[in-house]
Amino acid sequence: MKALFSFIVVLLLVLVAYAGVAVANQHFLFGVIIPYAAVATFLIFMIYRILKWGSSPVPFRIPTTCGQQKSLPWIKQSKLENPSGLLGVAGRMALEVLFFRSLFRNLKTQLNDGARLTYGEAKWLWAAGLAFHWSFFWILVRHLRFFTETVPVPIQFVESLDSFLQIGTPLLYMTDVILLAAVAYLFVRRIGIPQVRYISLIADYFPLFLIMAIGTTGVLMRYIYKTDIVSVKMLTMSLVSFSPAIPKGIGVLFYIHLFLLCILFAYFPFSKLVHMAGVFMSPTRNLANTSREKRHINPWNYPVHVHTHDEYENDFRDKMKGAGLPVEKE
Amino acid sequence: MAKLPKPEELSKIDLTPPKTGWMDTPVVIKEGMFCHGAKPKSLEIVGFPNPRDWRPMDADWKLPENWKDILIKGIAERLEKYRSFRLFMDICVRCGACADKCHFFIGTGDPKNMPVLRAELIRSIYRKEFTLAGKLFGKMAGARELTLDVLKEWWYYFFQCTECRRCSVFCPYGIDQAEITMIGRELLNLLGLNIEWIAGPVSNCYMKGNHLGLEPHTIIGNLEYMLDDIETITGKKIKPTFNRKGAEILFVTPSGDLFADPGTYTCMGYLMLFEELGLDYTWSTYASEGGNFGFFTSNEMGKRLNSKIYAEAKRLGVKWILGGECGHMWRVLAQYMDTWNGPADFLEVPKSPITGTVFENAKSMKMVHVAEFTADLIKNNKLKLDPKRNDHLKVTWHDSCNVARGMGMLEEPRYVLKSVVNNFVEMPEDTIREKTFCCGSGTGLNASEDMDLRMKGGFPRANAVKFVHEHYGVNMLANVCAIDRATLKPLMDYWVPGVNVCGLHELVANAMIMKGEKERTTDLRGEPLPGVEAKEEQA
Repeated sequence: MKALFSFIVVLLLVLVAYAGVAVANQHFLFGVIIPYAAVATFLIFMIYRILKWGSSPVPFRIPTTCGQQKSLPWIKQSKLENPSGLLGVAGRMALEVLFFRSLFRNLKTQLNDGARLTYGEAKWLWAAGLAFHWSFFWILVRHLRFFTETVPVPIQFVESLDSFLQIGTPLLYMTDVILLAAVAYLFVRRIGIPQVRYISLIADYFPLFLIMAIGTTGVLMRYIYKTDIVSVKMLTMSLVSFSPAIPKGIGVLFYIHLFLLCILFAYFPFSKLVHMAGVFMSPTRNLANTSREKRHINPWNYPVHVHTHDEYENDFRDKMKGAGLPVEKE
Repeated sequence: MAKLPKPEELSKIDLTPPKTGWMDTPVVIKEGMFCHGAKPKSLEIVGFPNPRDWRPMDADWKLPENWKDILIKGIAERLEKYRSFRLFMDICVRCGACADKCHFFIGTGDPKNMPVLRAELIRSIYRKEFTLAGKLFGKMAGARELTLDVLKEWWYYFFQCTECRRCSVFCPYGIDQAEITMIGRELLNLLGLNIEWIAGPVSNCYMKGNHLGLEPHTIIGNLEYMLDDIETITGKKIKPTFNRKGAEILFVTPSGDLFADPGTYTCMGYLMLFEELGLDYTWSTYASEGGNFGFFTSNEMGKRLNSKIYAEAKRLGVKWILGGECGHMWRVLAQYMDTWNGPADFLEVPKSPITGTVFENAKSMKMVHVAEFTADLIKNNKLKLDPKRNDHLKVTWHDSCNVARGMGMLEEPRYVLKSVVNNFVEMPEDTIREKTFCCGSGTGLNASEDMDLRMKGGFPRANAVKFVHEHYGVNMLANVCAIDRATLKPLMDYWVPGVNVCGLHELVANAMIMKGEKERTTDLRGEPLPGVEAKEEQA
């Protein structure tokens, strides 16, 4: 139900863009106003979100230690899994952000006959997650060609690497295939595993369908219903130079693609997708395990009621003396 | 109390989620799965709100009129105070990687025991009260109203989490259910919804210095029993000191070590080790608790109980503090104590008087784990060891959750263990070190009325022990945690009969040859040493 609902919402969004452009001729709205509004929403509310997170302090140093601590000099410390310095933390975070280190640990716990538990390899989620995020990133970088007058060498390199299989005309980008396959896997997994389906919200299906639709419209435009790339670039260049103008000859498919992307941008700061920024701020990962070596300060630490030794001694003085314990006051 | 089902029944775990969505599946509080509610007296002693007689099975929990208000304000306050909380409310993508990592989920199959869903119990309220989408779209945005049913669900499931952090190891964003449970329990405590098994020890510890409520003369009495046993076994008469000013080191251990076996054997181990070293140390009856059940109540209560350790160290004028074998005690000491009650600038950087080793890693908080201390002794050949005395044991090592995932003390105890026993076998690699499984009874859930829950939660740990028991004949499960020592024994008796439980220093003391000791014929438990019976027969 939740999946179907999300699917229908995405379908409706496609229809909105279609009707808005092909029927109502609102090219300026869909080509200029909505994109500006979406990007502004993304930037403003992402910054707001990050500042909001940042406004809450980290009162305690609580890294999840996943390896040997630094202690005696002859015991080998696990510097990446249990870092004690900036370099180690940077390494740990890099592994986490770039390669999804923690997800790589994933296991499948299985209850077998005779009440025997086993822990099997379970790398598919990691692989699909990594494939999805990296191909998305790669595709974004490729799209930068639309935002610079001459295409910079690094972007050309990204493109040629992406199409090195030399299949078809125009050349097939591998990331297009990988992205769609990975998103499809993530969706199948979400409905296929009963527990994962049970925890899934609309907010989990919606971005999957949205990204699937963005990818599909992009693929259609490149490989099947060819779009006037020159006009598209005129539009995007006019947008980045803040002198928006709608060139003639851009098909409705492009506007659908763009509109869905705008929805993604605008939706982003209010959704679980904020994990993109949040992962950098996770105190169980981005802190060195040094709370014994160096005092971590809690900005809101406050004095508390304690039961002092004097009070304790008052309660038990006779018993203490009886047991031969030294007392402060006879 | 409900009768505990047989292992064959308990290990039939149904993993099919209910037909109804989790928000539409009201909580059913089941006998054997929860602990008694906190008694009014236990709350009054430490000044906690809403002390009254209440029973979790009753419909009426005798809550204050404005309980919703209190909770919402409580959430707001904690969002301001903890970045972890605010962040973990927002960034979960519900990938489910944490689900089958939780021992309570593995053991119960209850979907609300998946860490992700346990967190959603509170996230759904956060969305409703603190996010625009939740306010506008309600259930469609994963938000729901805070109702009495929701509150009961919180209570039931936040006391079905032992804050072991295993889920956090696997989470791609490091979301730590322990943080969420800690805050969840703090919120529940605002309404007087603690369990007696935590609230009792907390009030005991506050007034008497330890969870068990041992008064000063009882502590000494208990230790004297152990000293008598040591004399019988080794011929050595030991005279430890208490509350002694001017000692070099203050020793603090969980009070469980003073109270019941097998913790008491570990305690005998400390006494014998320190005697053999001629350590200038003292016990304290005021700071007679290393553990901290306050930590399972609220941040503030944790700090209030913890304060005694530094205060006593200062009063006695010691140079540094040595800590006994314990799990959550060391999470608190390692990640909280210095921040709460430091700086301990009246102490010196810990330095072993025997080896001269300076514990740079504890430079600021000034407290050393006894496993670190002993590893250093053995590395420097300061102990005469005869591991053959432990030859009747095939030992495996249980990494306690908190020292593994809240500190990273993995190799020190292994080094000690390998030096004092000849037969050591690791459990399967996905069940040890940072992936270790909880005993199922941590965070104050080690009561007797929730045995069902404990046996279910401890199932994965027991299962791994069973593997090495059946394949390698392991008969001893060693660890550095007082709660483990108390709870793994019933867990073994239930799932893996034939496996005993011990602390690290029991094995150290078994192997350690003391100066001038008589020829030992038994280990610390009074069991004949390997080869002794045979010798007697020959004679």
